[in-house]
Amino acid sequence: MYTQALNSSDGDDRGVEDVVRANQFQARIDADERIEPNDWMPAAYRKTLTRQISQHAHSEIVGMLPEGNWITRAPSLRRKAALLAKVQDECGHGLYLYAAAETLGTSREELVDGMLSGKAKYSSIFNYPTLTWADIGTIGWLVDGAAIMNQIPLCRCSYGPYARAMIRVCKEESFHQRQGFEIMVTLCRGTAEQKAMAQNALDRWWWPVLMMFGPPDQVSRHSDTSTKWKIKRFSNDELRQKFIDATVPQAEFLGLTIPDPGMKQNENGNWEHSPIDWDEFKQVLAGNGPCNRDRLAARRKAHEEGAWVREAAMAYAEKRKSRQLAQAAE
Amino acid sequence: MATANIEVSETPLVLYALRRADDALILGHRLSEWCGHAPAMEEDMALANMGLDLLGQARELYTYAAKVEGKDNDEDKFAYLRDVRQYRNLLLVEQPNGDFARTMVRQFFYAAFADLYWRAMMASSDPTFAAIAAKSEKESAYHLRHSSEWIVRLGDGTEESHRRAQDAIDDLWAYTGEMFVVDDSERGLIDAGIAIDPAALRPRWLRTVTGIINEATLALPKSDWMQQGGRVGSHSEHLGHLLSELQSLQRTFPGATW
Repeated sequence: MYTQALNSSDGDDRGVEDVVRANQFQARIDADERIEPNDWMPAAYRKTLTRQISQHAHSEIVGMLPEGNWITRAPSLRRKAALLAKVQDECGHGLYLYAAAETLGTSREELVDGMLSGKAKYSSIFNYPTLTWADIGTIGWLVDGAAIMNQIPLCRCSYGPYARAMIRVCKEESFHQRQGFEIMVTLCRGTAEQKAMAQNALDRWWWPVLMMFGPPDQVSRHSDTSTKWKIKRFSNDELRQKFIDATVPQAEFLGLTIPDPGMKQNENGNWEHSPIDWDEFKQVLAGNGPCNRDRLAARRKAHEEGAWVREAAMAYAEKRKSRQLAQAAE
Repeated sequence: MATANIEVSETPLVLYALRRADDALILGHRLSEWCGHAPAMEEDMALANMGLDLLGQARELYTYAAKVEGKDNDEDKFAYLRDVRQYRNLLLVEQPNGDFARTMVRQFFYAAFADLYWRAMMASSDPTFAAIAAKSEKESAYHLRHSSEWIVRLGDGTEESHRRAQDAIDDLWAYTGEMFVVDDSERGLIDAGIAIDPAALRPRWLRTVTGIINEATLALPKSDWMQQGGRVGSHSEHLGHLLSELQSLQRTFPGATW
């Protein structure tokens, strides 16, 4: 999971760095070459990617919480196994992405500390609560759907380790998306109560999901450098439009109503949405979403309560090492 | 009507399958409670992995129980529409997660048993059980390895981890005896070569457990008093809470398909 809104760069690659090297670097990017960890890169490129990849990793890890909320209550054994496997996949994505971020020179511990202290961001979508089982279907269908829209272009991102991580992540995400949609199909073909549960979940998630693509292009400040570096290949609005156009027929198939009475199709066939409440987006980003505090508290609790376990593992490894050394000396 | 508990014809074979299925489901459920809250991301993955293995075992065993019973029960009815008195799992597996040490000791005691048990059950004269055993044995061997490594790390780690691991052993030890108990219903299946006699596995189980516990600089309790009752539905208070969560949607929306 990931949000385009977070990938703004510092936009400062001018610095005092070697102009010749910077030009060579840009020439490689322009030639669609992949940048690898040991290659020279501008400090701002490194910084932008470290932030984007680690925020992506944080999002995967925090994203385990809203869905994990339903593992113990999943309504059938098949659903339970699928959901547990899905949340496990997300953890795997997190690990994979932290490893990709580490190739840029910052340790996982440092990156995780940034998240736990509240300094580093994660996708705001996870600051909304999962209130019913239909939320699990809706997250798979829409949140994973939106994530895929964002991530497919990242498979061609100029930074090699990130691009390769995305290829694998995208495969799993599209599986999750189909799973989520299948939950929605089952609910919509079920009892009136189940259908209402599905509609209610769509009502609650629709607008936050549209916000996942980030602020509108006119106010999105730093897209230029990311585009020049081929980290970002489509604008926020372009991806949002693609997502909406793909989703409208799916909602129709389900017999659900998108909670935007003003939405209409234009002459190009694109669905135009009503204005998005960007104040809500800003509030959630500022820490005032319905679950910001709960999410951070849960991550901190797991981290703090796990400290003695990690310490024990370290202590044991040290003991073992010194025993082996002592043995070798004999 | 649909929220009512199902009725189960507990013939020896059905009961046998349900007992093993319930063990796997309840322990798998407990492990799934950790998801997103483990001490390290690698451990989140591992706990979910073991939970998924156990859920898979439960589903196969329930499905076979349903087939043998020949009524209209299925895996979900067995899991979601039986009350605490109808559950047949070991007391050990329903014990709460507690801290990480307690979860790992519970896993270790059970996996050390399941590994031996399923390996022996591969020789069952019932081909379905033999097939389930072949798959479960591989999984249990991994669960045993993973939990053993943690017992050693925790026992021989820091003072705090040693204390926590020892506390967990002391508290859970009394639930290990039930794994080896056989009643009349199961005796017939053992005589027929369908099931194996778990009592015969105890010396080897104890050897495995003692070996790891010693390596971990921990100790087994002296007390040999063992709790039992899970196999006949006399559970600890913990199971009811687990089931109320597990079954909440099925009980709230009777008869719905999910």
